[in-house]
Formats: sequence, C-alpha cells, structure tokens
Amino acid sequence: MWKFIVRRTALALVIIFFGAFIIYGVMRCMPTSFVESLARQRAAASSTTGGKSYQEWLTELNEAYHMNDDIVTGYFNWLGGVLRGDFGVSWKYGIPVVEKFDQVIWYSVVLNIITLILEVVICIPLGIQAARHQYSGFDYGITVFAMLCISLPTFFLATVLKYVFSVRLAWFDLYGIVGRYHEQLSASGKIWDMVQHMVLPVLTLTMLNVGGLTRYTRTNMLEVLNADYIRTARAKGLSERTVINRHAFRNTLIPLVSYMSYLVPSLFSGSMITETLYQIPGIGYISYDAMVAGDLPFTMFYAVFGLLLTQISLMLADIMYAVVDPRVRVN
Amino acid sequence: MSENKANNLNNNEEQLALDDGRRVKVLSPGMMVFKRFIRNKLAIAGIIILAFMFLFSFLGGVVSPYRQDQVFYKTDSANKEYASAVVNTEYRFVTRDGSRLSTLVRANFSRVIKDAGEEGVSFEADGAAWTVRKLGDSFYSIGTAQELGTVTMLGKIADVKPNPGMEISDEVKAAALQAVQSGTLEFEVDGQTYLLTKGKAKSYTLGTVAETAIASLLSFDTYSSEDNALVAGFEFRRAAELAINEGETAFEAAGESFALEHEDGGALIYRAGDTENPMATVSNVIVNSVTSGVFLPMDYKAAVADAIADHQTAFEYVNADGVTERHTIRMRGNNYIIYTEQQTYLIDMYAAPSMAHPLGTDDHGMDVLTRLMYGGRISLMVGFVVMLLENLIGIIIGGISGYFGGWVDTLLMRFVDLFNSIPYYPMMIIAGAIMDAFEVPPYTRIFLLMAIMGIMGWTGVARVVRGQILSLREQDFMVATEATGIRISRRIFRHLVPNVMPLLIVQATMGLGSIILTEATLSFLGLGIKYPLASWGSIINAASNIYVMTNFWYIWIPAGVLIVLTVLGFNFVGDGLRDAFDPKMKR
Repeated sequence: MWKFIVRRTALALVIIFFGAFIIYGVMRCMPTSFVESLARQRAAASSTTGGKSYQEWLTELNEAYHMNDDIVTGYFNWLGGVLRGDFGVSWKYGIPVVEKFDQVIWYSVVLNIITLILEVVICIPLGIQAARHQYSGFDYGITVFAMLCISLPTFFLATVLKYVFSVRLAWFDLYGIVGRYHEQLSASGKIWDMVQHMVLPVLTLTMLNVGGLTRYTRTNMLEVLNADYIRTARAKGLSERTVINRHAFRNTLIPLVSYMSYLVPSLFSGSMITETLYQIPGIGYISYDAMVAGDLPFTMFYAVFGLLLTQISLMLADIMYAVVDPRVRVN
Repeated sequence: MSENKANNLNNNEEQLALDDGRRVKVLSPGMMVFKRFIRNKLAIAGIIILAFMFLFSFLGGVVSPYRQDQVFYKTDSANKEYASAVVNTEYRFVTRDGSRLSTLVRANFSRVIKDAGEEGVSFEADGAAWTVRKLGDSFYSIGTAQELGTVTMLGKIADVKPNPGMEISDEVKAAALQAVQSGTLEFEVDGQTYLLTKGKAKSYTLGTVAETAIASLLSFDTYSSEDNALVAGFEFRRAAELAINEGETAFEAAGESFALEHEDGGALIYRAGDTENPMATVSNVIVNSVTSGVFLPMDYKAAVADAIADHQTAFEYVNADGVTERHTIRMRGNNYIIYTEQQTYLIDMYAAPSMAHPLGTDDHGMDVLTRLMYGGRISLMVGFVVMLLENLIGIIIGGISGYFGGWVDTLLMRFVDLFNSIPYYPMMIIAGAIMDAFEVPPYTRIFLLMAIMGIMGWTGVARVVRGQILSLREQDFMVATEATGIRISRRIFRHLVPNVMPLLIVQATMGLGSIILTEATLSFLGLGIKYPLASWGSIINAASNIYVMTNFWYIWIPAGVLIVLTVLGFNFVGDGLRDAFDPKMKR
C-alpha cells in the first residue's frame, strides 16, 4: 500500500511538473500578453505629459516582469520560487497570489459543498427507487430526467434560470454574491443576502450534476439487486426494507464512495462557467478573468492547483476503493 | 418467436423435429443488437430526435429561402427634421464688384443703422468716411463719402468753396445751390449722386457718395442656377430691391428688364415677357436643409416662406415625384424647424416573429431560423469530426499501448495522464485568445477548433482501447494470429480493435453529445465559432446581453432547446446501443 502511494505520488509530481510547463509555455506564447497591454495603457496615460513611449514602457516592463527570459529559464525561475513557497504576486490583482486565492476559494468551496450535499440527498434515493422499480413509469421518468440534466448546457441552463427567476419573477439578482445594499445590512442580513445570491448558482450546479450521480446509483443498485446474496436474503424471508437498506444499499455504497471521493477534490476546483455566468467571485471566475488578462502568476497557480487536485482525486479514488472494498488489492 | 409459431400453424402438414434447424430462427449478432435496440423506446425517441435535427440542419439550409449571413432591412418612417427656416434679422450685404466690406465697417453699420435716414449717417472706419443711407424698409446703402467742399449760405447767396485739391465743376455748383435753396439734400449730376450734409450755422458739406454695398434682410433665390450670377450682382439687387420697396412692378438692370409680382414679405421676379416662369423669389425667410448636401427645390422654399408668413403650423407640399408630403412647422428659439415623415432604410434588428421570419431576426438583422439551420450544420459537423479525430488518435495510441505493453505501455499511458491533466477550459481560453489575436478567418477557425478539440479529447478513447486490448490479447484468437504470421499492425487494427468497436461506438455516441455541448460552450464564451458563421452556442451568446435576454426570448431560447434535444438524442441512442450490445450491462 505504502509502496503504491509513494509510486503514485512520484508519478503525480512528474505529471504536475510537465503539465505546469505546458501551461507556462502556452501562456508565454499568448500573442497579447499582460505586459504589452499594460505598456500600452501606461504609454497612453503618459502621452499627454510627454512621458515614455510604448516601446520604452515595453522594454522596461518586460525587464520588470522577467519576460525577457526564454520559456525554459522563466519556467525554472518560477518553479524555484514555488519550491521556496513563493507563488509571486498576481499581475492583475496586485496582491500575492496565495492571498487572492485565500480570498476567493471559500466562495467556491461553500458553493460546491452545498451542491454536493443536495446532490447526494436527491440522487441516491432517486437512483435506488428507480432501480427497485426497473422499467416502470417512474424508472423511465427518472431516466429521462437524468438524461435531460446531463444534456443541459451550463450556460443555457443558467440563462434560462436567470430569465425566469431574475428577470420575470425578480426573486434574485442577476449577478454577484452580494446585493447593492450589502454594506448597510446587519450581520444576519449580510448572510441572508449572500444565501440569496447563492440560490441560482447552486440550483444550476445541482441540476447539472444530478443526472450523472442518479444514473450511477441506479446502475450500481441494479447490479447489486441482481446478485445472488440478495436472492438469498429474500429467500430467508427478510422484509423488503431490510433487504434494500441492509444488504443492497450497503453494497451499492462501495462504488458510490469511490465516486464521491473522486468528487471531493473537485470541491476546490471551482466551476469556471457557472461562476463566470453568475459573477460569483470564486476561484473559477477569478482565474477566468486572470487568464483572459494574461496574468501569468495567477494562471500558473490555478493550473498547478488544478493539476494537484486531479492527481489527488485519482489517488484518493484508488485508495478509497481499496479501503471500502477489502477484496480490492491495490497494485 | 410468435412469427415462427404462426408459420408452424400454417404449415401443419410439415412436421418439424425438435432439433430441426428451421424451428429456431437464428439471428446474426448484428441483427440481435438491432432488434434489442429498436425495442428500446428511449432509443427510438433519440433516433427520431436526431433524424429531425439532421433534416432540420442539412435540409433546412437548402429549403430556407435565406442565406445564413443575409441581412434584412426595413423601411421605417420617422418624423424627422427636414429643413429649418428663419425669418431673417441679420443684414446681408451685396457689394459692388471689386470692392469689399471689412468686418469693422459691417459692425459700424449695425451700430449706426438706427439713426440712418434719408440723408444718411456717417462713420469713420478703415481710414475712410462711410455713409449709410436708408433706401427703403430695412434696405440701406453703404458708401464711402468724399468731401468736395463746403456750401455756405450768406443770406440768399450761396458760396461753394472747394476743399483744397478738389475741383467742383460749375454744373455741380449750380445744382448744389439749387438743392440748398429747394431744401433737398441730394441731387444728381451726370448720374453721380451728390450729398449735402448740414454743418455748422448755415453751411453744408458737399460730398459724393460712392456706393460700395447694399444691405437688406431679403434673400434672393433663383429657380435656375444660370441666373445665380445675375441675381447676386450688385446692380440687379439694388434695382430689384428698390423696385420692391417702392412698390413698382418693373425694373431694369444689366440691360434687361424684369417684372415684379409682390407677395407677403417678398416678391417674385420674372424676366420681362415671360410671366409664366418666375426667375427668382425674394423673401425674408431663409430656408436651409438640415442635412448638408440636400438641395431644397425653390417651390419648397417658397411654400415654407408662405406658411411662415401665414403663421401656419403645417403645410402640404407636392414633391418632385408628385407625392403630397405633409410638413409640420415648429418653433425652436427664433428658428422654424420643419418636420416631415421620412422613410429610412434600417437593418431590421430584433424583429418579432412573423411569417417571413418565424423566429424573428437577430442583432445583425439576420433570420434566426435560418441561422439555427446553418448553426446546426456546424454544431453537428464539429461533433462528428471531433469524435472521429478523437477515436482515430485514441485507437492508434491505445492499440499500440495495449498490444505491446511493457515500457511502451507505461510511456504512452504516462503521456495520456499528462494530457489528461491539462485543464481543459483554461487551455481552450488560451487557444481562443491566440486565434483571436491572429485574426483567423471564420472557416479556418472551425477547422482549427475541431483539431484542438480532437487533440484535447482523445485520451479517454486511448484508455478504453488499451484496457480492452490488454485483456483481449491474451485470448486464443491472438495466439492464432501470431501462429499464422499476420503483420503486427494488422493484428492490432484488424483483429483487436474491431473487438473493442461496440464499446467505442457506445462511447462515441455519448461523446458526440458532450462534444456538441463543449463546442456550444466555447462558442458561447466567444472562443469558438465566430460571426458571420453561426453555431447554436454562438446564437445563444446574444443572451449574454441582458437587453436581448430580457426582451427577445425568441432569439436564444430555440437555440438552447435544439442543443438540449440533440444532446439528449445522442445520449438516448448511446444508452440504447449500450443496452443492445451488452444486455447484461443493465443501464
């Protein structure tokens, strides 16, 4: 087991190293870099006062932002900083990357935790019921509903929800995490304000994810229900409730837990499109903005963070599978 | 089975043994899959949806009367400012040929004008003495005065004494004396006007006035541009205005004679002998077009002047095409603004659904339904091409990896891991930004987009293929291929890969849906398909403008519904295929 973890970790590090290098290279190849637009801004701002020209600014800023190094050198410089625990200062936000990350990540985490809880509460009972009544009308209904949720494009769902609940019914604001009068509200009012702004994003994320988990639960439950030991349990004359809850459901949990452990790291990854559409200042939206602006330190941090999360979730899935099901032996 | 039973009943005579091959209808594996597939209601629904989408996209574009980038226009009538008119209160000057009036003189003119009378009022400017004389109602002449001498009255005897350096002819002297005695202050000798100005005691200053300019409030407009030079001339203007002021009906100028017809605040001028066609109009109302470069016809100006003189707020005018236009007049400050209903040619933006455009038009004035059809082509095409590309790369790499195993497998799979770990959307955003910066033309952009999506998405296929082949290659038929000495490439792609095909087909069908979703998302974010081409995602992009989202549901809702239905269709069919291929694998 330990050998597996060590090997897996080493592999993960290699993948993160190369993955980050690819992102770094592509970011450096972007035709309109952050530095160029900054130089253009500065030159325009100082043109009236007879300041430096665009070229002068560009040379100076390239120097200041270490853009003159070639990609490999630049990458290793960046990596050196990271190994010393220094991710640099975000170009767009002007504060250390880690500080900005700390400011925004919790919005994403809260959003995702609420979504995950809702998902589990909705999907597992639905999936089990659908499996118990296979090929019934209810089952078909659930299947169609789940498929529909899988087929929904995020942006369309979000736009429709905004259209219905924000524009037509005017229940929620269109954008943002806080309302216009947030600062004047009492402490509980502030929280309530934020909760209100979270409703639509949570609804969107939940609807998008409900389909997959429901179908997964149903498939696994069906597999278990067809197993011999369920027939044995029924043959013993156990009540249907006992059969389902004690014998079938517990066994369904094995793949479910592995699936969920896969989801846990993604709690931190944010959801770029949903957050951007609702302008929730979570990690997804903030890094989308940083990326569009060409903010190298922040994008690199986000990319490495994402790579790390993926690797952790893959490892976790393997390990959890072994933990939950003793028949599985890692290696 | 029931069919077989029926057959058996019909052929009662023929007794079949239990193990007779004819008793059991043997279906080929493909047929079995097909039968199982068509028994699945959802799969059939999916097939119907997809068939509709393909017809809609590929046939619809042909049937639709419009092109995808055809812009529609509409004419709209709006009450627009057409002309402005002002009752002239500014004096306009007409100078004699070859002379000019400086601004200083003009300014002095307006200063002294109140005092100007028959006898004239003088001022000094530009080193000359100027005299302004009133010739009629708001009609003045400006001239340089030259003092010739003084006329002194001694009882009944007048003495004319020339100024130094001046000579006064006897004729003038006599006329001056006569004028003084008769009390007129103006006389003419040989066509030259002389003026007497009262001075100290009983003396007069005798002087001549050379008229440099006339000033009046009237403006002259000619019917034909040939007459412009004539009418603008000093002599004509002076004669005409004099005639107007004195109520005469004829005057002569430049060797021609003209007739006058008086109107409210103005007149019409005809050439003598031609009383049908007026040559010019005279009016104190100046009419200008609001937009530059538009020539207002004379009769229009005359109509405006009449209406203003009659204090009307609206008038009708028959334009050059014989159409009666209604014009309304409104005051704004000292100006009269004339409004008229004008037809304007506009891009038909956000038109509501109608017979011509069942789903209205979008922000570029293009037919939404037609764009949905063409957008469907692109969305579906992108889906298929990307899917094929993913499978091509995935099968090759997965096949090689799975067949050879060992270090090849390890290397390729780590490569897959690496590829898999690249964050998808950040990568696509960067790729989109790069394509934007290089201004890739729309069609090239589609191909690049398909290539990038394919390259980013093959890892899943490679994993599946490798996993399957790893187990398949241990089977007996592979030993057989080895024994018969079949080439390795043939072993992989003719013997191993076809065994993975069912799984791949299922995955590809489900994958098509998600590729379409991804493409739509990218286009929605503005990273994918670009104007003038359309895809369903880029059509919904219009809704990121709140104004469009709130007011024009018919532009973006249908595109979203089409995406959902198409993806749903692919998912239903993929699901049905999975069940059909492997009935044990319960959905």
